[in-house]
Amino acid sequence: MEMTTPKDLTEALTAIDQDPDAVLLAGGTDVMIGVNFGETWPSHVVGLRRLAELTAWEGNRIGAGVTYRRLEKGPFAALAELSRTVGSPQIRNAGTIGGNLGTASPAGDALPFLAAVDAEVELASLNGRRTLPWHEFLVGVKRNAREPNELIVATILPEAMPPRQAFAKVGIRNAMVISTVSACLTRREDGTTTIALGSVAPTTIRARKAEAMISSEKSPTEAAIAEFGRLVSEEIKPISDHRSTAAYRRHAAGVLAKRLLERCL
Amino acid sequence: MTVPTTPDTQTAPASAEQRVNAGIGRSVLRPDGIPKVKGNFAYVSDLQAEGMLHGATARSPFAHARLVSIDLTPALAMNGVKAVIVQDDVPGTAMYGLEHRDQPVLCDGTARYWGEPVAVVAAEDPETAKHAAAAIVMEWEELDTLDDPEEADAIDSVFRRVKVRRGDQDAHGEVVIEGYYEVGTQDQAPLGPEAGLALPDGEGGVDLYGTSQWVHADHEQIVAALGLQPDQIRCHPAGIGGAFGAREDMNLHIHCCLLALVTGRPVKMVYDRAESFAGHVHRHPARMWYRHEANRDGTLVRVQAKLLLDGGAYMSTTGAVIGNATYFAVGPYKVDSVAIDGVGAKTNNPPCGAMRGFGAVQSCFGHETQMDRLAAELAMDPMVLRRLNALQQGDPMSTTGQIITDSLPTVDVMDALVAMPLPDDTDSDNPLHLPGGTGLTTSRSHVRRGVGYGVSIKNIAFSEGFDDYAEARVVLTSVGAEVHTAAIEVGQGLVTVCAQIARSALGLEHVAVVFDDTSSIGSAGSTSASRQTQLTGNAVLEAARRVREMALERIGGDDLTDAGVWRNGELIMSLDALYDAGPIEFTARYRHPATFEADENGQGTLHAGFAIAAHRAVVEVDPELGLIRVVRIDTAQDVGRVLNPQSVIGQIEGGILQGVGLAYMEELVIQKGKILNASFTDYLLPTFLDAPDVEAILIEEPGEWGPFGAKGVGEPPTISSTPAVAAAIRDAVGKPLNRVPILPEHIVGV
Amino acid sequence: MIITMTINGGQRTVEVNTPTSLLNVLRDRLELEGSKQACEQGECGSCSVVLDGELVCSCLVMATDCDGSTLTTVEGLGDEDTLHPVQQALVQAGGVQCGFCTPGFVVAAAALFDEHPHPESDVIKEELAGNICRCTGYGAILRALEELAARP
Repeated sequence: MEMTTPKDLTEALTAIDQDPDAVLLAGGTDVMIGVNFGETWPSHVVGLRRLAELTAWEGNRIGAGVTYRRLEKGPFAALAELSRTVGSPQIRNAGTIGGNLGTASPAGDALPFLAAVDAEVELASLNGRRTLPWHEFLVGVKRNAREPNELIVATILPEAMPPRQAFAKVGIRNAMVISTVSACLTRREDGTTTIALGSVAPTTIRARKAEAMISSEKSPTEAAIAEFGRLVSEEIKPISDHRSTAAYRRHAAGVLAKRLLERCL
Repeated sequence: MTVPTTPDTQTAPASAEQRVNAGIGRSVLRPDGIPKVKGNFAYVSDLQAEGMLHGATARSPFAHARLVSIDLTPALAMNGVKAVIVQDDVPGTAMYGLEHRDQPVLCDGTARYWGEPVAVVAAEDPETAKHAAAAIVMEWEELDTLDDPEEADAIDSVFRRVKVRRGDQDAHGEVVIEGYYEVGTQDQAPLGPEAGLALPDGEGGVDLYGTSQWVHADHEQIVAALGLQPDQIRCHPAGIGGAFGAREDMNLHIHCCLLALVTGRPVKMVYDRAESFAGHVHRHPARMWYRHEANRDGTLVRVQAKLLLDGGAYMSTTGAVIGNATYFAVGPYKVDSVAIDGVGAKTNNPPCGAMRGFGAVQSCFGHETQMDRLAAELAMDPMVLRRLNALQQGDPMSTTGQIITDSLPTVDVMDALVAMPLPDDTDSDNPLHLPGGTGLTTSRSHVRRGVGYGVSIKNIAFSEGFDDYAEARVVLTSVGAEVHTAAIEVGQGLVTVCAQIARSALGLEHVAVVFDDTSSIGSAGSTSASRQTQLTGNAVLEAARRVREMALERIGGDDLTDAGVWRNGELIMSLDALYDAGPIEFTARYRHPATFEADENGQGTLHAGFAIAAHRAVVEVDPELGLIRVVRIDTAQDVGRVLNPQSVIGQIEGGILQGVGLAYMEELVIQKGKILNASFTDYLLPTFLDAPDVEAILIEEPGEWGPFGAKGVGEPPTISSTPAVAAAIRDAVGKPLNRVPILPEHIVGV
Repeated sequence: MIITMTINGGQRTVEVNTPTSLLNVLRDRLELEGSKQACEQGECGSCSVVLDGELVCSCLVMATDCDGSTLTTVEGLGDEDTLHPVQQALVQAGGVQCGFCTPGFVVAAAALFDEHPHPESDVIKEELAGNICRCTGYGAILRALEELAARP
């Protein structure tokens, strides 16, 4: 096996430009499970863990290599809340926001936040840089729009972040659990509300009908909050699997929507 | 929980025993504690041998299928592959099994469960072995999968049926409670994986270091399966990373031995976590139909039940498990009219066998839920109803009619539990103190508190006429004494308590425990059924007493200490000199009071001893999301006599958390015989943040035959903690919830 | 490739040519078997090590990604004659049963106490929630670490 440990971004981009099949390794929390169980046995690995360009975090531009441990202590409330729920302290010390984007699992804990705030994903290749809105980046179950010669270098949050934001995640266990349903809600002074949900559709999704309905309510009544929850339940497309049932996910998504809204009023 | 570190005066040892610091009654520290915290305690998976090969297993991808063809050549062609073995290559009977040798060493042409081993490979390194096993080409013809135990029962595909009929079968009470209950498939999930290292002796024999709970049972099965002479196989006790029943059956042991014999080189096998879930037996899932009849004053009149446990594809210990479930189906209650039918079904589901609580766990969930429902119907306090019907010493067992001669402080246990203070209500909005934890799903206003109880009875040691014994040897050395045993230390603290018993009996401080292989000492029996403290403990006690007598008799002494033999307060011979004058040792074999097979109505003296436990759970539930936090478990347990307070509390706290896990998170999800969550990502074990505070009261009423009156303490904590948590959840949400684990969707009702 | 790491204060060099985990290299190549292999997917903490200052699961670290790294494993805590305070506390309180999770707990708890010498009980629980123990129910482990946290 060949291991490339680039010293800077250009070296990393050159390595993957020459070998688009190279496996990108950041925190290792997804790649190594595949290796340990013989599902992937890469012949070329590019190690990104120590690349300064990726671990940089300046204002609303969060490097792809920033770990959840750092995000947990950061200024973005919902991002800090979700980061605290990611795996265990060991996982949070290793796992990165870029890894969450790269794996593009419907259960990725950071993705509902990125979707709720309309974050962009910055990609780089030897040909230059481009940014994609989150919904053009996440294209399917464990599929994203990264080209083989590109690296996810950062996620960019909007300049004007919503002042109120909250995250919640349902799992049976009170620590170290893959989400059954997760949701992130934001609200602005003018009532504009967004909600994104994880583990309830092939990719992270926004419940746009519900958003439109509640955004027009300046001071939502109890009935409006209930209606918001009902609309969220309706808009998602959950499945039944070994972690939960579609019916429960639908129900819990509605409950989370109501409770997150209440937290943000 | 506060752990007493010194015995109170009531439990202090008498006479010569009193002088010993590290004897019984004290929280003596484990001798293997220091190597374990330093990371240099050797578990089987850590063992290495010069020139060692690594084994790997090819498994059936189907729960029931005919092996049409198998092509080993791609594996054999790989560089570094030294052997590939299938069932036809196994000499001897090529069969194994604990109760009945019904399981082929490797697939015999038909795979009967998902993950059944088909071929094993030995190669120079673990990766090559795994890749070679994956390269084996198997062609399968899928067969109908029998995955419904009710269908198995209907077509008489069963391992054992157990019938109990006692008393007037026409008796009826004024109130009837009927219920149907289910228990999902729990896994022992010991942290240490299955592992084995087989060393060929160059003369056609093998030394095996394997994960085990009973090396002599392994030995007997390996010898038969491989057609060897008993002295050709030596099974060695080795470092075990937890067991809880999962090590009672063998899995990779015979494979390892055979690969070592075929290649002439040491062979090591270690299962990964996914294989571990496929490779060891699980707790039987259960379906149970109950009917309780009582009078308006609460007196139980009649209990009827049908218990259907799914044994899976091979028998393992299903016979004994369904026996236990049936004989303890009523719980620790007196009732004169009983009809219980137990069925251990044979299906294509994963094989089930021993897990902590062994059959009593399943029926306890049934009988305790019934008792709660009866109490509600009669508008009685649930513990008042239980106390009114409590089974006590001298009573006949409600199922078997056996007169209980062992201590049975059921009422004391119940009273002690009820008298414990309840935890204060809290208004904490710290997410760590709320259901859902750091997931931030709720706030205090959405949470309801509930309280529930469970009481259990279980047999100690093997039952139904099994010749259950333990052998131990005590040897005097120049500096103290050694205890030799083949009993398996799985983490429970046998190594500590055996030394404590020997110290107290010998009057010596310097005692070490040495684990011997099957060629060096007789069987200690299984480290299961809460039996080793009582069985091996008694063998050690007898051997130590005899050794002390022999030492004193040899030179006419009247006392023995670490300095030597004394007479009239004067040291007359040092231990060193005594040792030089010739060996002093005694091998004792302890058998517990005899038990017998039941008659056709399930009647007879089936059990050697009993233990009672009671639990009270306080839970907080978010009913709208169905999420749970167990706040506190209070417990009182019948322990006979406490030999090591710290170890007893360790068993109680650990056992309770396994019961809590079964109540609301632990379940193997099995579909068409296939396990869908064979990983620690999806088989959820309670974490630090899921563990309740535990307060325990130890009820010391000496048992009939345990050393110094001690009773086994390992299983009772796991049995009634589950129904207690379930009852507390019901109390919080007001729903019937007849199945464990209770999942969020059950509480929410969608 | 040849990788060089500073492990427990000493330099170790090993050739690794597969994508195998740091855990496998520690156990199979460097005779550091204290880190335990139990789940291989970061869900139990038995293989916890401190890598370049961060507590991680060594099963999820690719060994070839560690050239030049600094590592502390359980073998690096305490020495021949004296136990690390965390080790001593666990032994004393009965926080060890089968012991398979113990090295991971020792490394994780030592890392916690390095950062917070007097953690509250809730902090102990949350910071060790990635370490699964199947034997003790965590009670004795908590008592051990609470006692240590209360020391002046």
